[in-house]
Amino acid sequence: MADTILSVDNVTMQFGGVTALSDVTFGITRGEILGLIGPNGAGKTTCFNVITGVYAATSGTVTFDGQPLAGLKRFQITKRGIARTFQNIRLFPDMTAVENVMVGADANHKTSVGGALIGSRRHHREEREGRDKAMELLTFMGIADRAGDAARNLPYGYQRRLEIARALATNPKLLCLDEPAAGFTPAEKQELMDLIRKIRAQGYTVLLIEHDMSLVMGVTDRIVVLDFGKIIATGSPAEVQNNPDVIAAYLGVPDDAA
Amino acid sequence: MSLSETFKSLTSTPARAISGVGERIGEMPKVSRWSLIALFIVSLYLMPWWPEVPVLGWLIDTPGTSFEGVITDKVVIYVLVALGLNVVVGLAGLLDLGYVGFYAVGAYTVGILSSQHANLPWLVCVPIAVLVSMAAGVILGTPTLRLRGDYLAIVTLGFGEIIRISANNAEWLGGSRGISKIAKPPNIGPLKFGILDAKPYFFLGLTIIIVVVFLLRRLENSRVGRAWNAVREDEDAAELMGVNTFKFKLWAFAIGAAIGGLAGTLYAGKVRFINPSNFPLQLSILFLAAVVLGGTGNMWGAILGGAVVAWMPERFRGFADKRVFVFGVALVLVMVFRPQGLIPRKIRKERWLVNWKPPQSTPQSGEAEVGRG
Amino acid sequence: MSDWLIYRTFWDLTVTGLALGAIYALVALGYTLVYGVLRLINFAHSEIFMVGTFATLITATNFIGIPLLEEGNYPYRTGFTLVAILLACIVGGMVVSGAGAVLLERVAYRPLRGSGEHVGAVVLAFATAFTVSLVFSETTRTNVIIGLIGTAPIAVLYLRIFRRGRQAPRLAFLISAIGASTAIAEAVAIWSPRDREQYQTARVLEKKVLFEFLGTDVRIDYVLVIVGALLMMAALVLFVNRTRLGRGVRAVAQDVETAKILGVNVDFVILITFLLGGVMAGAAAMMFTLVYDQTRFNIGFLLGVKSFTAAVLGGIGNLRGALLGGLVLGLGENYGAAIFGGEWKDVIAFILLLVVLMFRPTGILGESLAKARV
Repeated sequence: MADTILSVDNVTMQFGGVTALSDVTFGITRGEILGLIGPNGAGKTTCFNVITGVYAATSGTVTFDGQPLAGLKRFQITKRGIARTFQNIRLFPDMTAVENVMVGADANHKTSVGGALIGSRRHHREEREGRDKAMELLTFMGIADRAGDAARNLPYGYQRRLEIARALATNPKLLCLDEPAAGFTPAEKQELMDLIRKIRAQGYTVLLIEHDMSLVMGVTDRIVVLDFGKIIATGSPAEVQNNPDVIAAYLGVPDDAA
Repeated sequence: MSLSETFKSLTSTPARAISGVGERIGEMPKVSRWSLIALFIVSLYLMPWWPEVPVLGWLIDTPGTSFEGVITDKVVIYVLVALGLNVVVGLAGLLDLGYVGFYAVGAYTVGILSSQHANLPWLVCVPIAVLVSMAAGVILGTPTLRLRGDYLAIVTLGFGEIIRISANNAEWLGGSRGISKIAKPPNIGPLKFGILDAKPYFFLGLTIIIVVVFLLRRLENSRVGRAWNAVREDEDAAELMGVNTFKFKLWAFAIGAAIGGLAGTLYAGKVRFINPSNFPLQLSILFLAAVVLGGTGNMWGAILGGAVVAWMPERFRGFADKRVFVFGVALVLVMVFRPQGLIPRKIRKERWLVNWKPPQSTPQSGEAEVGRG
Repeated sequence: MSDWLIYRTFWDLTVTGLALGAIYALVALGYTLVYGVLRLINFAHSEIFMVGTFATLITATNFIGIPLLEEGNYPYRTGFTLVAILLACIVGGMVVSGAGAVLLERVAYRPLRGSGEHVGAVVLAFATAFTVSLVFSETTRTNVIIGLIGTAPIAVLYLRIFRRGRQAPRLAFLISAIGASTAIAEAVAIWSPRDREQYQTARVLEKKVLFEFLGTDVRIDYVLVIVGALLMMAALVLFVNRTRLGRGVRAVAQDVETAKILGVNVDFVILITFLLGGVMAGAAAMMFTLVYDQTRFNIGFLLGVKSFTAAVLGGIGNLRGALLGGLVLGLGENYGAAIFGGEWKDVIAFILLLVVLMFRPTGILGESLAKARV
């Protein structure tokens, strides 16, 4: 059995009368790039939200690195090693790019109010480390030239990459990207694919929601397909591409085949 | 340029000039920077003598009341309060309408410990009072910080009132008569604290403000300040980035309460007689107005706001009983035309960024090693 | 406000508590409406109430001509005359408070939404010129004249500046409201005949006992207040639920952008919201003078704070919640004061709020102007 880093078991998510996820079960192997696809409204972002602790599943369990995530607060889940980006960019708009990333890096620091007040050595060291790490990540993402600009003034492509940099700053084991290529040109999508491969090469595991099929097919190792809150297919990109249920979910069934 | 743009540039020019000066000072070499700051601080200590300066003096002097009295009794205290409330409202983004409660807790603790039930010297009472205020902040914050913003407002308002009315009804707190004969700060060398001369109180207050500003700056430029900014800008996203939002909100509350309590001890040590009517709800509102007027989230804005709100009614005493009315109208006008406050929060490019170089251990330029170490 | 302390029986406290609660509820409606639609705490609503009490006073004494005392007795009236006078008073209160609320919105809030317009500019201009003239002259007449002269040019200037279009941060709205509230209260204090003294209002209704209920004498003024408040509540609920404008109010409370796209005139809806709140406060003002026979420049403040607490208690944004919150608060204050002593009366409101919010963070009935669970 491969080394499973995240295990979603029989997760059901209900909001009042609406069932967003229904008995969803899948696992992510350490080091793989897993794609999560499905038509609009299938429950992909809900799935993300359950994994990252935004919602508590109505039933079922999520296990990360061998430990269940039930009962943990959101920031604790992040500290355990799950980081994410958002479908609608949620940067801190009036903070600079590098500050945004430093907030992520702060998650792993030990010093707090006391250390800051007295200016302890450990506090200065952690500040320095945070700055260096933030700048490294910005350079890695190729956006270091605008490090001192307010996040809301950055061009769209920079903002998306900044979100990823911020998520990486929390030192995660699993990186969840929610539609990172939305609004990108084909050239930018190519760059993003290279970036995701580079991220995996550094040792991260990636869970990816995307609508762009060529991107998904091109960069993922495995794909999970959701429709109406249920998993309808899993497998390699090639397998999923030819799966009739998947095709039906996206394109509908031809009239004469019903 | 249209009229509105002209107006905007007119009003923002002074603010930008001030921050422009600040930036240029920041870029200076260390020695010149520190000597300028030292010069500035010395001139602050000379404030009791400012009215004697030709033009400036006429501008700021308060005819009809002692200028010294104004800067001691009001300006210093309001500035300190504004600094503390700015941490809560401006930095962490928590709407607190009952800040006078912490101020009262500080003053009453000093009163109880130095007059009502014991005879401890003022200097001993102060740290105890600050701790008690801080504890009050934690006690109030723990159940209520989970509430949404506007609910927090009404609950904090209630807290302020509860403190005042409890002080009024409880005999061991002095009841409606209050507490008198509160200790004063101890005489330090040539500085004698007494009724005759307000200057020692001013110097003491100014020193406290400088220390508080220094400490707050440290907090702002650390992960604590970043966490507060993140919580204020997008609390949910902050939590998902690993920020323990509840802890930092509580810290903001506690620190704000501590500073408020500290201001209360100064007040008690100066007037030496307090009663519940000194701490009405209107004062909380005045404090909030000071912070917003000056510019929320900006320490210098808070200082300016506190100073203006404290000083202006005294400067324009000519209005006599119409002062409060004028204040109300002024508040509306300032908010309509400059809602971000006199010195708005600015996004600063950090000084360290200008000269940043990657640490020596990175292999080569281009792709940095960002492995999961 | 001190005669309730004399009553000791439970039903006495209940009746007076309900009457007081009814007044709280009507004022709370104004807070809850504005909050539900704008997410804004209308701090100046308390002064709208206060102005309504003075309007009632002036309607009775100046317009209708009722003296405060007739041959050493209260100027009681009966029958049709009485009804007419009471109606005139309540209408006077509602009209003035309603107009005040609308004016307030245009002066202190609309410019901050980036859509400042003429009325607001004119009033602000007059206020500016008037206030500046206070520096130079003590005579009110000079001040008014200078104010009027300065209005036109300053208003033109302000209008140009108003075309900013951007929304101010939320705290700015709150401070603007506080400023307006302070200015209104102080204006009444400074420029009314008796300054900061208490005003006695004309007592036209003889406060006879209407009937006896479980050992308590139920006075007619309490009954009128309770019934009147319920009627006004019902009218408001009908309006919000059944009329097109009411639907607009609910739509804007739910989602401003969508409402705009669907053609709802948001500015007008906001104006109506303030108007409704003001009318409710005006009615409450008349009822207040009916029961307590007095008013003063600062009676708005504490009552406003408590009414807002009542609105939060019942569920902010929820109309039924405002009614429930008001009644609960009125009763709670009375019972609590009887148990713990009168000096703790004002604190009870907040303690009650804390307790409720601890167990139901969105108030007793939950927030819901938007959800039409009105």
